[in-house]
Amino acid sequence: MTDAAGTIEAEQNRNIRKRWLLSLPALLIILVAATGPLLIVLLYSFLAPGPYGDVQWAPSLEGWIGVFLEKDIFDETLSLASAHISIFMRSVGLSLVTTILTLLVGFPTAYFIATRPEKTRELWLFLITIPFWTNLLIRTFAILEVIRNEGLINGLLIKTGLIAKPIQMLFTDGAILTGMVYVYLPLMVLPLYASMEKLDFRLVEAGYDLYATPFRVLRKIIIPLVKPGIIAGSILVFIPALGAYVTPSILGGGKNMMLGNLIELQFGQGRNWPLGSALSITLMLIVMVALLVYVRNAGSQGSRHG
Amino acid sequence: MKRITTIMAATAALLATTGLARAEGELNIYNWGNYTSPEMIKKFEDQYKVKVTITDYDSNDTALAKVRQGGSGFDMVVPSQNYIPIWISEGLFLETDPGKMENFSHVAKEWQNPEFDPGRKYTVPWAMGIVGTVVNTDVYKGDINTWGIIFNTPDELKGKVNVVPEMTDVIDAAVLYNGGKKCTGDLAILKKVRDTLVAAKPNWVAMEYGTIQKMGSGDFAASSDWNGSAFRQRLANPAIKFGYPKEGYVNWSDNLAVLKDAKNVENAKLFQNFMMDPANAGMNSGFHRYANGIAGSSEFMPADMKDAPEINIPAEFASVGVPSQTCPPEVQELYTKIWTELQK
Repeated sequence: MTDAAGTIEAEQNRNIRKRWLLSLPALLIILVAATGPLLIVLLYSFLAPGPYGDVQWAPSLEGWIGVFLEKDIFDETLSLASAHISIFMRSVGLSLVTTILTLLVGFPTAYFIATRPEKTRELWLFLITIPFWTNLLIRTFAILEVIRNEGLINGLLIKTGLIAKPIQMLFTDGAILTGMVYVYLPLMVLPLYASMEKLDFRLVEAGYDLYATPFRVLRKIIIPLVKPGIIAGSILVFIPALGAYVTPSILGGGKNMMLGNLIELQFGQGRNWPLGSALSITLMLIVMVALLVYVRNAGSQGSRHG
Repeated sequence: MKRITTIMAATAALLATTGLARAEGELNIYNWGNYTSPEMIKKFEDQYKVKVTITDYDSNDTALAKVRQGGSGFDMVVPSQNYIPIWISEGLFLETDPGKMENFSHVAKEWQNPEFDPGRKYTVPWAMGIVGTVVNTDVYKGDINTWGIIFNTPDELKGKVNVVPEMTDVIDAAVLYNGGKKCTGDLAILKKVRDTLVAAKPNWVAMEYGTIQKMGSGDFAASSDWNGSAFRQRLANPAIKFGYPKEGYVNWSDNLAVLKDAKNVENAKLFQNFMMDPANAGMNSGFHRYANGIAGSSEFMPADMKDAPEINIPAEFASVGVPSQTCPPEVQELYTKIWTELQK
């Protein structure tokens, strides 16, 4: 008996080992391709900047100090890097608002699709994915053409005589938000739809049978059940939005920096690669913390309803 | 076994032919976007049976960073004069000695022995221009020959001014506006510069590169800009004029050099010599709309360039131009800090 059990166990172990060995090449590639460049960035953040870009092979903490503290160039006093903080806050704020707006627009959209007959759902989903066929830059320029001073909207309004002078829509915060929501909406709709598709609508009906108001059904039944989708969608929107810089600079006019611009500046005209690297790592850390918070919340919610 | 030998022989033959093809006729040029006349490249290709490939970059720093890493595969590059001393000191250029090439005699006197490449040991002039202002004179009728357009914006232009976000250009302009010298490390001046910029920014509508299209479509009514770009805007709308800031402006030039790790050195040298031929330089100017530093090339330019006020600097403004040069790293750091504060 014990022998037989031992054989089975050995067989299982061998199987496990084989699986690991078979997936080893893929794991190695992921490890090297994902962590390799990151390690270089991390290393660069602890070196001194070269005089004309690049790094000097001398250890230095200047890059990291520069992320948080700044020496006033005129009176040499050291203070919190207010410029960096306000740029960080702008990026985080924009990402948050974008996430909320895409959720507000994406939730009804996903609900609409999920409640269609099964045959037509595919078509609706297909329509949602159409924007993905074109490059982000082209989609952003398309919005620019619509809202510019001599663009589609202003042109129509002036022709119909509703306004005499074009309304300045381009280069405003509203323009940035419109662009961001448009660009990131599919990333919110798709995971939301995935979890709504699994929603058991009998539970919704049961709620109505028990005289729940539509709002109560939404709040107590639908939202808790599709929460994983909401969380996944929010992560998918929030994280890329944090580093977004094409859309804000094209539609916002580039007067105010986003995190992405600030990092780009250090690698380009600023010629301070260590500071750029340290800023990149800081951005990653923020994303990681945000993710952890999400995942922990998702975990506790999941177990309660599971 | 026999099959393996056949395959090896075939591979060897293939390698040999491709190797040969490369040696005979390829040239990889790394240049700014929208800056090389396709017609002129065609002429070079036909004349020397060389296949030319052009790859774009959008800033001096990008080009420098990419080539410095090695193995870029490019043969030639066209950096701005303020970056050329960096390229030379980092040993990235091949000393091709254009000063001794056949067509060198066509290079205009003032460009034969520039400070950034004494004796023209590495580079050949490609294009040269000015950073100034463009103004739509339908919107604003006042004096446009001043940085005040950008830094002390007149009422008619408020909320319609764009600034091209070239950090060094913008800060240098503000330095000149405040009576300082380009690349200054003088903190008293830089403080004024910072205050000027911060006070001016609320009047700007954007900080963007795409001026040709947006000046044309009326999204901008004024901007800081390069003269060649201004020229193209005027051709589209005659009301758009180029201003030579009387407080001083920066003269720049871009120059063609061969990289040390170039694979097609002979073709690259041929191209350097080709570019100093007035006919070819003129053809190229007809495309990018800048002057080119080759004497006699204006004969080969389109007729509208001969007396264009953007290209031929009026005598009264010629003296206030200052040459573009590399700012020392410590000044660059001060500039970056002011720039970050401006856009925070």
